[in-house]
Amino acid sequence: MSIEIRNVKKNFGDFSALNDVTLDVPSGELVALLGPSGCGKTTLLRIIAGLEAPDAGSIHFHGKDTTERDVRERQVGFVFQHYALFRHMTVFENVAFGLRVRPKETRPSDAEIKRRVHELLELVQLDWLADRYPPQLSGGQRQRIALARALAVEPKVLLLDEPFGALDAKVRKELRRWLRRLHDELHITSVFVTHDQEEALEVADRIVVMNKGKVEQIGTPQEVYDKPATAYVYNFLGHVNQFNSNVVKGEASIGGLNIKLDKENQQADGAALAFIRPHDIDVQRIKNGTAPAFEAKVNYIHAIGPLVRLELQQLGQDAVIEAELTQERFRELGLSTGEQVFIYPRNVRVFVDNTASA
Amino acid sequence: MAKKHNNVLPGFNLSLGFTIFYLSLIVLIPLSAAFIKTSSLSLHEFWVAVASPRVVASYKLTFGASLIGASINALFGLLTAWVLTRYTFPGKRIIDAMVDLPFALPTAVAGIALTAIYAPNGWIGSLLAPHGIKVAFTPLGVVIALTFIGLPFVVRTVQPVLEDLEAETEEAAASLGANRWQTFTKIIFPAIAPALLTGFSLAFARAIGEYGSVIFIAGNMPMVSEITPLIIITKLEQYDYAGATAVAVVMLIISFLLLLAINGLQWWSSRRNASAI
Repeated sequence: MSIEIRNVKKNFGDFSALNDVTLDVPSGELVALLGPSGCGKTTLLRIIAGLEAPDAGSIHFHGKDTTERDVRERQVGFVFQHYALFRHMTVFENVAFGLRVRPKETRPSDAEIKRRVHELLELVQLDWLADRYPPQLSGGQRQRIALARALAVEPKVLLLDEPFGALDAKVRKELRRWLRRLHDELHITSVFVTHDQEEALEVADRIVVMNKGKVEQIGTPQEVYDKPATAYVYNFLGHVNQFNSNVVKGEASIGGLNIKLDKENQQADGAALAFIRPHDIDVQRIKNGTAPAFEAKVNYIHAIGPLVRLELQQLGQDAVIEAELTQERFRELGLSTGEQVFIYPRNVRVFVDNTASA
Repeated sequence: MAKKHNNVLPGFNLSLGFTIFYLSLIVLIPLSAAFIKTSSLSLHEFWVAVASPRVVASYKLTFGASLIGASINALFGLLTAWVLTRYTFPGKRIIDAMVDLPFALPTAVAGIALTAIYAPNGWIGSLLAPHGIKVAFTPLGVVIALTFIGLPFVVRTVQPVLEDLEAETEEAAASLGANRWQTFTKIIFPAIAPALLTGFSLAFARAIGEYGSVIFIAGNMPMVSEITPLIIITKLEQYDYAGATAVAVVMLIISFLLLLAINGLQWWSSRRNASAI
């Protein structure tokens, strides 16, 4: 079932949580609402669920206006960040709850409930925990139970609010891959909220980047990462070195250098923000050729992991530039702190409209 | 060399020793004095003192009225706690403070006030009298007085638990299709039941021992509206110390058994609820 969100607005007192949000979630897709805390993503999810009412605008499920419909009737599965399991019920009863509270006419028989619950517990690979109570489970197990509970009512739409936010890094990685596989099996229209760009890029079919109650960009992970629509999106998706810049006739001045802009990154003249990703920087010991380069001093070397992170201080400027080199390249250069080097930016992105800067 | 204990909270022996000493001094020794005094009676004398029809009637009234009062408090105390935690309205803080009044008021004052209102010529009593309902000087009056003094116990034990309830679990229940009644009975009530039971048993225990507020409104008619604490006082005034303590011992034993039963129930329900952690 597709979800259409039309011009939704929501204020909490003076604070505008959602400012005219319009969005389509195609049927069967897994969509991530991505943004920093306070950007309105959770509010939007709660409005889709019917846990919160919009001040203006409407929500449609498969073309049908559901704005006025109660959460009980919307047939949505909602998964909370902190699981919200019923502590006094066993895992089995938690999952069975949605079936047991149905009116008598539509309530499945006990045998049928038992069958369905065990089927779901097998789906989340936790059938062996059926008789335990939620406080006896680990965080990852609780969240999988919460998901099974939400799926028990056969929702048309699955909504997940920072589902992995309270878990440690390793479990989080495991669970998000598992969620992706689960979605590929069930194909239920799903929306999940996250502030973790890595998570969104890895799991989602489509990412909605939000900022200050507005949608900044909608697109596939590839699109938003490779072709960020605004400076904000570029900044939010991954590490960046940020410079104040000025664009004149297709050339951007950055930290005293004039860098010619690519064809696809042409901007009108004016003040701009320029970004260089740390892995788009090459470091050389000697200046060669005519390509523009910063002169810098190596401040700090962090050589653990597959990538070596360098903190470089541009000479004569305050700017600190971060660069990432492969271990191979780093060994080849044989750098140590305090040395002087030349920095060659390989790829510079410039956004003239800097009102949306972070 | 003495073995060195590096406990974060030192002084276990000292504090336990003091606690036992203190409890003995304040609670156990006075209570055991009641048993010792009673033992000066022969078995027959004891039986006459504690099982005469007038005394038995007072047991029934005291425990019956306390049970009814505590039950009423459980119901309306829960409602009060619910309203105080779930809604905001003007004057909420004043109502919140008013809940504690039965704690603070001298019980005799409460008794006189209740009598004045419920007497056949009082504000409420005069409205009820034409319908043949008599409150003051009847067992009904006793129930009202015991309800009055027990209210804060239920409200104050249930309120913090209600405040701590996660709103998300209720939202989860709603998103799974549960209506409000189902959410209350299946999600909220099991969570607050242990606290409600505690409040109930506190109100009940308090009501059994209540004296001051009841004697004014009860009328104290033998066999009808005479409570056990009053019987004890009456015996004391007649210098029948052994008889008074004998009745006290019976009360003590019944109260102890009832509270034991309630605590057992509570232990069972909390074990069932939080089976874990």
